Amino acid sequence: MSILQGSQILVESLLKEKVDLIFGIPGGVVIPVFDTLFDSPIKVILARHEQGAAHAADGYARATGRVGVCLVTSGPGACNTVTGIATANMDSVPMVVITGQVTTQMIGNDAFQEADIVGITRPITKHNYLVRNVKDIARVIKEAFHIASTGRPGPVLIDLPKDIALATTEFHYPATVDIRGYKPVLEGNMKQIKRAAELINASHKAVIYGGGGVILSNASRELTQLAHKTGVPVTMSLLGLGGFPGNDKLFLGMPGMHGTRYANYALSECDLIIAVGTRFDDRVTGNVEKFAVHAKVIHIDIDPTAISKSVRVHVPIVGDAARILAKMIPLVKRVENKEWLKRIDEWKTQYPLTYTDSEAQIKPQYVVQQIYEATRGDAIITTEVGQNQMWAAQYYKFKSPRTFLSSGGLGTMGYGLPAAIGAQFGVPDKVVFDIAGDGSIQMNIQELATVVHNKLPIKVAILNNHFLGMVRQWQELFHNRRYSSTCLIDNPDFVKVAEAYGAQGIRITQKKDVRPAIEQALATPGPVILDFEVAREENVYPMVPAGAGIREMIEGLA
Amino acid sequence: MKHTISVLVENHFGVLARISGLFSGRGFNIDSLSVGETEDTTTSRITLVVNGDDIIIEQVMKQLNKLIDVIKVNDLTTDEFIDRELALIKVHANGKTRSEIMQIVDIFRGKIVDVAPSSLTVEVTGAEEKVQGMMDLLREFGIKEVVRSGKIAISRDNKAAHR
Ligand SMILES: Cc1ncc(C[n+]2csc(CCOP(=O)(O)OP(=O)(O)O)c2C)c(N)n1
Repeated sequence: MSILQGSQILVESLLKEKVDLIFGIPGGVVIPVFDTLFDSPIKVILARHEQGAAHAADGYARATGRVGVCLVTSGPGACNTVTGIATANMDSVPMVVITGQVTTQMIGNDAFQEADIVGITRPITKHNYLVRNVKDIARVIKEAFHIASTGRPGPVLIDLPKDIALATTEFHYPATVDIRGYKPVLEGNMKQIKRAAELINASHKAVIYGGGGVILSNASRELTQLAHKTGVPVTMSLLGLGGFPGNDKLFLGMPGMHGTRYANYALSECDLIIAVGTRFDDRVTGNVEKFAVHAKVIHIDIDPTAISKSVRVHVPIVGDAARILAKMIPLVKRVENKEWLKRIDEWKTQYPLTYTDSEAQIKPQYVVQQIYEATRGDAIITTEVGQNQMWAAQYYKFKSPRTFLSSGGLGTMGYGLPAAIGAQFGVPDKVVFDIAGDGSIQMNIQELATVVHNKLPIKVAILNNHFLGMVRQWQELFHNRRYSSTCLIDNPDFVKVAEAYGAQGIRITQKKDVRPAIEQALATPGPVILDFEVAREENVYPMVPAGAGIREMIEGLA
Repeated sequence: MKHTISVLVENHFGVLARISGLFSGRGFNIDSLSVGETEDTTTSRITLVVNGDDIIIEQVMKQLNKLIDVIKVNDLTTDEFIDRELALIKVHANGKTRSEIMQIVDIFRGKIVDVAPSSLTVEVTGAEEKVQGMMDLLREFGIKEVVRSGKIAISRDNKAAHR
C-alpha cells in the first residue's frame, strides 16, 4: 500500500472509475490537482468558461451514457458551474463536478475566492460532499460515481479544500459502495407489471408516452418491441426523442406545447397512457385538469417522486425501465385498436406537422429539414433554447437514442455549443451539429476557442432571426407585438467571429444556398459556423397557449 | 391534517440543511422539527410535524426518502404512537401568586426549575394538549418567555407483544 497525496488519490480514484477525460479550468486552490493531472493519462480539456466545462461534461454524458467529469477552482469557478449543474440535474444527467475549496481552516472566513458551493448547489445536485479528511477522498469518489450513475442519474458535486488535496495518506480504493439510505429499486413489482399488462391488453385506445428515462435506462429497444408487439402508437417527450425511431409508422412525434396535433389529440382521447421514464412535465400536460381525462395511467419510473406528482397514476411501477419492459413484453398481446389507429391516421393527414415554405426567404424549418437530409438522420444534434430547439425537435427525425441533446427541464440558452464539444469527444466518429439561435449562441460563444484548439469538426447552424425569437413569438401573440428587449439587430458578424476564432464561417442568405452550404460544412474537416439569415418573424406552431389544455392548440393547420 | 413523521438520518454534517431546504424549496410547511442522536451514534432521528393533505404528505415522504443521507422515513400518524414535547415557561410571580402557580404546576405534574424574586420558571413535558393547557392557565399571571422543544415521537409496539 502506498502513501499518496490527496490530489494523487483523487486522480488515481478517477482512473479507477475509468475516467479518461475531464473538462475544466484551473485556479488557485486546484493548482495541485492540475499539477497531478499534468502527467496522468487523463486528458484535460481546457474550457473557456466553467459553464462551458459543465455543459461539455453533460454533453459527453448524454452522448455516451458514461459519467461526465468537470474540475474547476473555488469561488468564481465553482459558481460558474451552477447553471451547468442545474441543467444536468433537471435532465437527470450523470455528472461529477469537482470544485476546489479554500483550506479547511479558512472555510467560513470569507477567504479569498471562497464560496459555499456545497450550500449553493444542495438543491440542484443529486448529492454533494465537502471532503474534510484526506482519508475520505477515495470513498467519496467511489460513492459520487455510484450515486451519479445509478437510480435516477444526476450531478454530484465534490468540494475539495486545498489542504486536503495536499495532505497524505494510504491509498486504498474501496471495491464496493454501501450507502444505507441509497438503494435504488430496479426490478419492478411483478404484480404491478401483470396489472399493467392486463390494462394494456384490454385497451382499445392506448398511447405509449416515453421520456428521457427511456434513453437513460437504455430501454429504447424494449420500448420499440412493446410498441411493435402491441401495435400501440408512441409519443416521446423532448428528452425522449431518439428513444423510438422517428420514422416509425407508430410514431406520433412530440406531445405538449409545441408537439404535433395528433400526439396531443391522441393523449387527450386515449383510454390508457403507458408512461415510461417521464415526469409529465407541465410543458407536456398543459393544463393538468384537462389532461387525458379519459385515461387510466400506467407509470414506469425509477424515481418514486416522479409518480403521481402532477397526474394521477393508476398503476405505478417503480424500477428500471428496460428491466420492467422486458418483463412486460411477454405478457402483452396485439391489442384491438384498428379504429384508434384509423382515427390517428386521419388526424395525421388532416393536421400534419408543417409550415409554409417560401422561395424568397429561408424558413428555419427548411434549414433543419435540409440538415436532416444531408446527415441522413445520423448526426448527433445539440440545440440551444428557444425556437431553434423546437424546430430541431419537430423537423429532425431522430433514429436512435443519445443523438438529441437539449436542455429540456431548465431550458438553458448556451447549452448547445459546449454540449456539442462533450458529445464530439465522446463519439468522435459521428457528425455533431449544434442547431442554434443567434441569441443563445452568444451565451457560450467563447467555447469556439475550445472547439478550434481541439480541432473538433463540430458544425454550428445559427438560425439567425436577429431576435430572441421564442420570446418575440410570445410577445407577438400575447403582448400585442411589443418587442421589449428581444431585438438583436446589432448582432456581431458571425462569419467574422468564426474566423477570428480560427473556424470557418459561411453566411447563407438564399434558399438555394442552404443545402450546398450544409454539404460544404460536412465536407470540411474542421469546425464550421453556418449563419443562416432566416425569416425573422417565423413562429413555432402548433402551439398550446400557457394554461390551456393540450387539445386547445393554435395554428399549425394545413 | 397534521402528520408526525420520523426520519432516521446519517449523522452527517449538512443533513439538517438538506431536510429544511427540501421543505422550503418545495413550499411545504414544517410545524415543528426536532433532532437528536439515536442509540447508534452514526445516526440521528428527526421528528417532523407537517401539515398537509394526503398528496402533499406522500410527496414529502417520497422526497425525504430520495435524500441520500436519509435512511428511513416513517409516518407515525398511520398507527399508534406516543409524542412528547418539553416546554420551559418563565412566568411572572410575586408573593401573592407564587403558591397558586405552584398548584397549577403540580396538577400538570410540571416542575419548578428556577425561582427568582419576580418570576418562576416551569418545566413541563407531555403531549401537545397538556403543554398547551398548562400555558393557557399560566397566561393570566403573565408569561415572560416560552421555549418549546418541538415534538419528539415514537411508535407504540403492538399490544400483543406487550402481553
Ligand atoms: C440562460 C437563459 N436566459 C433566458 C432564457 C429565456 N429565453 C428562452 S428562449 C429565449 C430566446 C432565444 O433566442 P435565440 O437563441 O435567438 O433563439 P430563437 O428562439 O430565436 O431560435 C430566451 C431569452 C433562457 N431560456 N435561458
